Amino acid sequence: MTNPAKTDENQRVIVTVLGADRVGIIAGVSGILAENNINILDISQTTLREFFTMIMVADMKQSKINLNTLKAKLAALGEELGMRIDAMHEDAFRFMHRI
Amino acid sequence: MLTIQEVMETILMVQEEHLDIRTITMGISLRDCADPNPKAAQQKIYDKITRLAANLVKAGEDIENNYGIPIVNKRISVTPISMVAESSTAEDYVGFAEVMEKAAGTVGVNFIGGFSALVHKGFTKGDKILLESIPEALSVTERVCSSVNLATTKSGINMDAVCQMGQIIKQTAEKTADKDGLGCAKLVVFANVPEDNPFMAGSFHGVGEPEAVINVGVSGPGVVKYAVEKAGNVNFGELAEIIKKTSFKITRMGELVGRRAAKILNVPFGIVDLSLAPTPAVGDSVAEILEAMGLERCGTHGTTAALALLNDAVKKGGAMASSYVGGMSGAFIPVSEDAGMIRAVEDKALSLDKLEAMTCVCSVGLDMIAVPGDTTAETIAGIIADEAAIGISNQKTTAVRIIPAPGKKVGDYVEFGGLLGRAPVMPVNPFSSSLFVRRGGRIPAPIQSLRN
Repeated sequence: MTNPAKTDENQRVIVTVLGADRVGIIAGVSGILAENNINILDISQTTLREFFTMIMVADMKQSKINLNTLKAKLAALGEELGMRIDAMHEDAFRFMHRI
Repeated sequence: MLTIQEVMETILMVQEEHLDIRTITMGISLRDCADPNPKAAQQKIYDKITRLAANLVKAGEDIENNYGIPIVNKRISVTPISMVAESSTAEDYVGFAEVMEKAAGTVGVNFIGGFSALVHKGFTKGDKILLESIPEALSVTERVCSSVNLATTKSGINMDAVCQMGQIIKQTAEKTADKDGLGCAKLVVFANVPEDNPFMAGSFHGVGEPEAVINVGVSGPGVVKYAVEKAGNVNFGELAEIIKKTSFKITRMGELVGRRAAKILNVPFGIVDLSLAPTPAVGDSVAEILEAMGLERCGTHGTTAALALLNDAVKKGGAMASSYVGGMSGAFIPVSEDAGMIRAVEDKALSLDKLEAMTCVCSVGLDMIAVPGDTTAETIAGIIADEAAIGISNQKTTAVRIIPAPGKKVGDYVEFGGLLGRAPVMPVNPFSSSLFVRRGGRIPAPIQSLRN
C-alpha cells in the first residue's frame, strides 16, 4: 500500500487532455511544462469513449510554479483549444487503483 | 505504472459521474469546556473550536486543488452539548447554539453538529433542557444541527423521548414556518446512533472519541450508477461484484483525503464513512442506481431487495479499502436530496410505508421527508417509534428526519435549495397513534441485546 505519509516526497503529476483532436495540443501543453521547468516523464494518447485523450506524467521537483498555478495555466490553454486540460497529483490515481 | 484506462476512470468518475468527498468533518471534544458560568463555558467553546478548526477550510481547499477531487463540505462536530452545558446554571441552551453558530462562522464551515443529547435510557437535567431548547436554537441559528438518540439495542426505546420529540419537531417546524420548516432539516432523531458519523445533520463527537479527529464522508452514487449501467444485464453475483469494486475505489479516495487532511491539521485520522449520499443533481441519485438494476421506478416491488444488495456490496467493497470504516456507511435514501426519489414520490411509486421498509436495509432511515403541516405530534412520534423499533431489533442505526411542512398539504412542495433540495409533501396514515405513544416509559430492549 502507498504510504500516505510519504506522499510529500512524490511530486509527480498527471496531466490529462480530453476533447476533440486538433493540431497543437502536445506543443501547447509541453510548452507550458518546459517554460516552468517541469520534466515530462511519459506521454501516451488514445481514444477512450468518445474522447481523444492524452496523458502525460510529469515531475514537478524543479518546477518554478506550484500545482495550482499549473492547473490554472493548463485550464487557460484548454479554453483556447476547446478541450479540457487538467493536472492532478499522481497519488490521486495511484491510491485509488493500487493496494 | 498506471494504465491509461485507470487514469481515465478516475478522471471520468470525478468529471462526469459526480465522485466527490462529501465532507471533511473535524470532531472536537468540548468536555473540558464545562463551567458553572454559562458565559464562561461558551467562551471556552468558542475559543476551542476556532483554535482547532482554524485551518480546516484551508486544508480542505488545498487538498481539493492538489488532488483535483471536489470536497463539497468542511464541517465540525462537537461533544453533545447537553453534556457540556449541564454543569452550567443556564436554564436554556440557546446561548450554546448561538456560540456554536458564531464559531462555525468564524472558521467558515457551513454546518456544525452536536446540539445533541443521548437519552436512550433516560434524561439528565441537561438532556431535558437541551431538548426544550431545540426549537428556538434551530430557529435562531443557520448552521447548527441537532440530534437526539432515543433508543439503542441495549437499552430499548425511551418512549417519553419519542413522544416529546414529536412535539419538538412540530414546534421546530412552526418556528421556521417562513422557510418551509427548514429547522426540521437540521434535526435528526436516532436509534443506535454512531458516534463518529461525519454526515450532518446527525454528526456529533462521541464521548469515546479522542480530543479531536478528522472523519471523512465519501459519496459516489453517480459512479456506482454508471458502473451498474455499464454492466448491462448481468446476474446478481456479478452485479454485487461490480458494486463492490466500485465502492472500493471510491473509499480509497476518501482514505487518501482523510489521511492528508489529518496530517495537515495535525489531528488523528478517524474513519471513512463510505456512504452513497445523493444530491439533487441529475445522475447523483441512489434511486437511479436501483432503477439501473432493472426497476421501472424506485419504490416498486423489488426495491427493498435491490437496496439490500447495494448496501451490502458498498460495505464489503469499502471494508476492503480502508481499515477504519465507520459512521453510517451504506446507501442514504433521503427524499428531498435525491432527484430519483423525488420523481418516484411524484409518480406515486414510492410511499412512506415503502420507505419504512427500505430503512430496514439502508444505512440510515426515514430521511428528509416532508409530510402535511397538520400532521400531529403523536403521528410523528409513531413514525419515530416504528423507526426506532426497526433499529433496535436489527442492531442497526435508524433515524428520522421529517418535516411537517407548515401550511402545506399532500401535493405541495417544500423548497430548501442547495444540497437539502426539494420534497413533495407525502401523505401519512390518517388514523391516530396518540394513545399508544402517550403510554410513556421505555419499550424494553429486545432479546438481541443479550449478547454477552
